[in-house]
Amino acid sequence: MASRCWRWWGWSAWPRTRLPPAGSTPSFRHHFSTQEKTPQICVVGSGPAGFYTAQHLLKQHPQAHVDIYEKQPVPFGLVRFGVAPDHPEVKNVINTFTQTAHSGRCAFWGNVEVGRDVTVPELREAYHAVVLSYGAEDHRALEIPGEELPGVCSARAFVGWYNGLPENQELEPDLSCDTAVILGQGNVALDVARILLTPPEHLERTDITKAALGVLRQSRVKTVWLVGRRGPLQVAFTIKELREMIQLPGARPILDPVDFLGLQDKIKEVPRPRKRLTELLLRTATEKPGLEEAARQASASRAWGLRFFRSPQQVLPSPDGRRAAGVRLAVTRLEGVDEATRAVPTGDMEDLPCGLVLSSIGYKSRPVDPSVPFDSKLGVIPNVEGRVMDVPGLYCSGWVKRGPTGVIATTMTDSFLTGQMLLQDLKAGLLPSGPRPGYAAIQALLSSRGVRPVSFSEWEKLDAEEVARGQGTGKPREKLVDPQEMLRLLGH
Amino acid sequence: MAAAGGARLLSAASAVLGDPAGRWLHHAGSRAGASGLLRSRGPGRSAEASRPLSVLAGARSSSEDKVTVHFINCDGETLTTKGKVGDSLLDVVVENNLDIDGFGACEGTLTCSTCHLIFEDHIYEKLDAITDEENHMLDLAYGLTDHMPETVADARQSTDVGKTS
Repeated sequence: MASRCWRWWGWSAWPRTRLPPAGSTPSFRHHFSTQEKTPQICVVGSGPAGFYTAQHLLKQHPQAHVDIYEKQPVPFGLVRFGVAPDHPEVKNVINTFTQTAHSGRCAFWGNVEVGRDVTVPELREAYHAVVLSYGAEDHRALEIPGEELPGVCSARAFVGWYNGLPENQELEPDLSCDTAVILGQGNVALDVARILLTPPEHLERTDITKAALGVLRQSRVKTVWLVGRRGPLQVAFTIKELREMIQLPGARPILDPVDFLGLQDKIKEVPRPRKRLTELLLRTATEKPGLEEAARQASASRAWGLRFFRSPQQVLPSPDGRRAAGVRLAVTRLEGVDEATRAVPTGDMEDLPCGLVLSSIGYKSRPVDPSVPFDSKLGVIPNVEGRVMDVPGLYCSGWVKRGPTGVIATTMTDSFLTGQMLLQDLKAGLLPSGPRPGYAAIQALLSSRGVRPVSFSEWEKLDAEEVARGQGTGKPREKLVDPQEMLRLLGH
Repeated sequence: MAAAGGARLLSAASAVLGDPAGRWLHHAGSRAGASGLLRSRGPGRSAEASRPLSVLAGARSSSEDKVTVHFINCDGETLTTKGKVGDSLLDVVVENNLDIDGFGACEGTLTCSTCHLIFEDHIYEKLDAITDEENHMLDLAYGLTDHMPETVADARQSTDVGKTS
């Protein structure tokens, strides 16, 4: 029973970091007969995957030292740059990550891009083990003609723009059109739709960037379509976000009841989450709203809708050819069942006029280093339970391991699993023996290359600056969006 | 592993424990951090969740209105602490810095499904009705079931859980 329990406990999460004092022996945890008293472990990426992996390692091994590298000057990855500004509670995990970073056996090094400033082989030499947790920073391309036209961008870039990701600050989305089309029906698509349609005054006290808020105030977008190739049963968004959309102030939903015919029967046997989600869609599409809701919808000045069974074939140009003016969609029907359901073209086409096209069909990871195997088809690092294939001592966790889906809690569980595999290997003597220099070696390399990392306490100075700047306008923070400014503030 | 959640602290600590033969009906998940239970409770902090429980067998009170609470880990270890009537179990765990894993990622704002509670049937029945928002979060929980698997039940039934304070 005890061993069964340990297995379970070993996977458990640890949002409230409670590290044993350095050098202490945990009472009922397994003891490592390690080759090395102080394993030096390197984690690449400081989003949820990186931090949860670090957290697990630090808690489960009383001596291990973990260094977290991050290419941005600031930590937290998609928690900072992906989670919508109007979802601040989701960002509470930052508190537990901060506690992890405060551990005496953990160090954060921002402004270090692995693959450019330091290579994975160099990290593998300096550490006993390296965990790649750098997520998915690319978007899947539409691969249709017209994709390059002005007025077309990825949802990812749009999200990065309003969330202050430095590389997206020059985006300059043109919101002067009345209709926007989002290709994709996941939570990111809903986030973008919601930010486009939320009355700007509701965003004033969030951490959305000042620049983005200014642009949104001038926006003339009134209608947002979310277009999916398949049907209501295949939507990728989840119920909380859908509910939020349905209740969005000043906006009414547009759903075609025809898309929902026969669905009531189909959902009888499906798993609970899909069932509840589909029931909400069904009710919204087919039931007459109550008096209050009907009045709210009637007075709504904006609208959002779901279009199903439509596959984008081309972005249509304006008459002068200078920007996007619509999307040509192939009408599809479904073939196959359950997970294998596919959309196949029927031959019919439909044009949907719009001035803004946002592609939201998934994120994608990039290969980080030629020495690390990468599956470009699946967009992940080939691995078995987090152990990178054919590369001992190299691990991965989070989206770069499993693909870019799931919420923070999913990544948490996944990261603990990778951590567990790593510690298993450590215990089994499969990692390099003898002491390793860890950061001392990397610092020398970085210094010789003119790279000056940002420490966690330096991030905290930037954090304090952001919070101070937000105070005047009632915002939780005013994000710094220029890495040069950040480094200047730190005296780098 | 019992962890903090939206249930208001009971004025009778013994109600949180059951007798050893009590039926543990609720699954806390084999993977803490993402598991859920159809009949579990999320850590709601909505206005509804803050209604105190009105009925409880064997109510006790002390001059400080504090109650002893025992949390039982998956390996049978009992963590004992005190909480104020009206606190949530999440409050109790956090304020006493209990060494429990796998809870509270969203810090009680009903935006995750990492808190897992195991209650006996008769205690569970006394909780407020589950809200839509809680169900939404449970939809995302890993390993959602409506009963506890044998492996988890075993871990607890063989420990002495009959202690009261």
